[in-house]
Amino acid sequence: MSFPILSLCTFVPLLGAAAILLMPSANNARWIALATTVLVFALSLVVWANFNNANSGFQMVEKLNWLGGGISYHMGVDGISMLFVVLTAGLMPFCIVASWESVQTRVAEYMIAFLVLETMMIGVFCALDLVLFYVLFEGGLIPMFLIIGIWGGKRRVYASFKFFLYTFIGSVLMLLAIMSMYWYAGTTDIDTLINGVHFPAAMQTWLWLAFFASFAVKMPMWPVHTWLPDAHVEAPTAGSVILAGIMLKMGGYGFLRFSLPMFPSATEMFAPLVFALSVIAIIYTSLVALAQEDMKKLIAYSSVAHMGFVTMGIFTLNHQGVEGGIFQMLSHGVVSGALFLCVGVVYDRMHTRDIAAYGGLVSRMPLYAAFFMVFTLANVGMPGTSGFIGEFLTMLGAFLHNSWIAIFSATGVILSAAYALYLYRRVIFGALVKPSLKTMKDLTPREIALLAPLVVITILLGIYPKPVFDVTTPAVAKLIADNKTALAMDHAKKVAEIQKRAGQ
Amino acid sequence: MSFQTDLVVLLPEMILAIGAMALLLTGAIGGEKTASLINWGAIALLAISGAATVMGPDHAMAFHNAFVADGFSRFAKLLILCAAALSILLADEFFASIQLSRFELPVLMLIASLGMMLMVSSASFLSLYMGLELQSLALYVLAAFNRDHLRSTEAGLKYFVLGALSSGMMLYGISLIYGFTGTTEFAAIAAVTHGGAGLGVIFGIVFLIAGLAFKVSAVPFHMWTPDVYEGAPTPITAYFATAAKVAALCLFLRAILTPFPDLIHQWRQIIIFISVLSMALGAIAAIGQTNIKRLMAYSSIGHMGYALLGLAAGSSLGVRGVLIYLAIYVFTNLGVFAAIQAMQRGGKAVESISDLAGLARTDMKLAVVFSMLFLSLAGLPPLAGFFAKFYVFLAAMQAGLVWPAVIGVLTSAIGLVYYLRLVKVMFFDEPAPSFDIVTGFGSKAILALSAAVALLFIFAASPIITAADAAARSLLP
Repeated sequence: MSFPILSLCTFVPLLGAAAILLMPSANNARWIALATTVLVFALSLVVWANFNNANSGFQMVEKLNWLGGGISYHMGVDGISMLFVVLTAGLMPFCIVASWESVQTRVAEYMIAFLVLETMMIGVFCALDLVLFYVLFEGGLIPMFLIIGIWGGKRRVYASFKFFLYTFIGSVLMLLAIMSMYWYAGTTDIDTLINGVHFPAAMQTWLWLAFFASFAVKMPMWPVHTWLPDAHVEAPTAGSVILAGIMLKMGGYGFLRFSLPMFPSATEMFAPLVFALSVIAIIYTSLVALAQEDMKKLIAYSSVAHMGFVTMGIFTLNHQGVEGGIFQMLSHGVVSGALFLCVGVVYDRMHTRDIAAYGGLVSRMPLYAAFFMVFTLANVGMPGTSGFIGEFLTMLGAFLHNSWIAIFSATGVILSAAYALYLYRRVIFGALVKPSLKTMKDLTPREIALLAPLVVITILLGIYPKPVFDVTTPAVAKLIADNKTALAMDHAKKVAEIQKRAGQ
Repeated sequence: MSFQTDLVVLLPEMILAIGAMALLLTGAIGGEKTASLINWGAIALLAISGAATVMGPDHAMAFHNAFVADGFSRFAKLLILCAAALSILLADEFFASIQLSRFELPVLMLIASLGMMLMVSSASFLSLYMGLELQSLALYVLAAFNRDHLRSTEAGLKYFVLGALSSGMMLYGISLIYGFTGTTEFAAIAAVTHGGAGLGVIFGIVFLIAGLAFKVSAVPFHMWTPDVYEGAPTPITAYFATAAKVAALCLFLRAILTPFPDLIHQWRQIIIFISVLSMALGAIAAIGQTNIKRLMAYSSIGHMGYALLGLAAGSSLGVRGVLIYLAIYVFTNLGVFAAIQAMQRGGKAVESISDLAGLARTDMKLAVVFSMLFLSLAGLPPLAGFFAKFYVFLAAMQAGLVWPAVIGVLTSAIGLVYYLRLVKVMFFDEPAPSFDIVTGFGSKAILALSAAVALLFIFAASPIITAADAAARSLLP
């Protein structure tokens, strides 16, 4: 076995947490957390550098005996998961820096919670065993629950419980599905399950639904999205960044990793359901976003709408749609994270997220207005920003699949422009009349350092997305090809059965 | 087989029996001041008995097939001995702090443990009943041990009356089974009921299960649990919740699976019924509790429901699941009760959940351990409790019990509400006045041990699973 770089990525944050435990003063905690997350980011870049783009299978694989009986500690990345590892590791330092001044109580515990959360999230994207995946997938709930509940806003208790119970109830059925897969296949190894096991069509239906229950809540898809606005609004800024930037992506990743390759017939059967829910999510939640008075809530609803594009793209099962879905997730991870950071900037000064409390900020904070503008446009999907590529590709994929879906979802683009620009106008433009805003200071160097790299990434990916597609294309091609073969097999089986019945 | 070899098979039990009597004499001669000494003597005896258990035979029958020593009984006995020793450690501190140290306590706990060991080793209904009553009589006294305390005496009396009723029911069931099969030995009954049995035996099984369900506090025979848990002194409650549960559940497994393997379709329905009801009631009734010990009582009812799902599976995988469940459950619960015992304010024990408010600000370490144990009981990964549930559900799914498993995971989500509420009270709420710092070495050690089990089980799971697997296979090949 080669050097265990993925395990290192996953467990270095735990070491950082242990170090904070030993030196729990607030300043130590901040610096240790920053150093750890930067180190993990560097390690994730090493993963990217060593990643072989031509290989469509799993790379940097590690396998150790764990529970026995076909359940092992198995880690590895492919073109679908690798960039999520980089995204997670990349966003974490921003979260730490964003909390530098805004979190003043129980700093050591805060940083420990974030580092534990990082371990779980990176692990989710690297896990190649279903039980390991489940443990890490659920394990992230506890630190997030604490982050929302301890450092959150006024209704933090309600929001944290809602977040926890929604996601937990969604996933327990997945656990039972994992067990029945285990008894059918004799293993929970993801690589084996994707490439060597073919579940009977009737079983696929139930398994697909159980997994769907979990990922649809996590994603979140309409109508089980209601935990998200609450969680986002009450969470501290960095918590929102992680929620929107990474935790939502676990749902989309789950569809790509499990639902599509393992249950191809069920995927084909349920695709119309997913399209319907996606289109509803895009249109309905965009309209809801239009009516919001709270900045974070507005961005939260816009996240649900953007995730609608992702599920739509993934289930078209063509190159454009799937790759667009992946790209949209990565881009949304950066852009929505940045938007929450932008909200955090003014929230730290004014301690309100009410849109009505702002207005005319451009005259006091021109730099902030510029940064906010870039991310707003990226959120809208303006060409030249990363948001455009993902949205365009998913709609292209949808158009290839069924033009009506594309037409309905395209209205979402218009609506997103409406709510995002409306938000921008109300906060940034207009006359600066409110007396409390007259002393606002523009971005501090720390905040510039926080937002500038995200602007660069947003624009870079919008102009030159090739590095991302270089990584994802082979894996997506394999995913789609495997799916086609499996479907053909199922069809042949069905035809044979019908012929047999007709012959009798 | 000679008398001597029979005695060797029951060596761990002999050690406890003789040792308990010796300690009783020491106490009677030396008086109350020897209480602490006798506590430590009892712990030493349990350790010696544990060593004898480990070195015991892999499979041996004794006293004309009345007792059996095998891998299954060894696993159960080690758990019982561990739980008993740690409970005595807790009791030593607790009764010293309320000036009620008495030498009878460890002796009674030794005798109860002896009864439990006989229970898990019994291979016939007669020896089963003997062990059970030895255990029960000692437990009745223990529940009422704080004799000047109204609730404690009430707990003892309630436990006694209902326990006697259930023993009667069980005895009635046993007599029916004996009447219709002509034997009380498990293996012989299995031979007689091979290929089916008449209504009389089925009736007997129903009464037997009712009696056993009372002992494991499964719904609908759970009524005594909250009162006894609340009324009994905390370390005694810890003992009830751990050792007594292990013994009763292991007895349950053996007394159903060994004599009636071919009647699985008859008894499985009953087990599924009480298992599902226990899971649901444990989860729902606990939500409204304000007293932490009552809450733990409902939690244990729920946990017995999950464990019984493993019995309903009726396979060695199910037994393995139950054994893993019990192992994790024992250590988690001991930690919880050690933490409850540490809840003292102004020299008085407090037991209400609101007393825990803001514990994270006043005693961070205790709050972290406490909530970790609760989340482990809730079955959240990556903590140990997840794996406990995982292996039980795995066995249930393999046996095709999909719907009970679905209900099980859904009730675990309901149960999560009250465990999360405890975490919320400790971490999110404004602090209540802080507790006295009275935790002695013993409870600190127990807290550290159970926290380590909860947190590190994920890394050391494989050997424990293998051991449980071997133990399960010795009961059901």
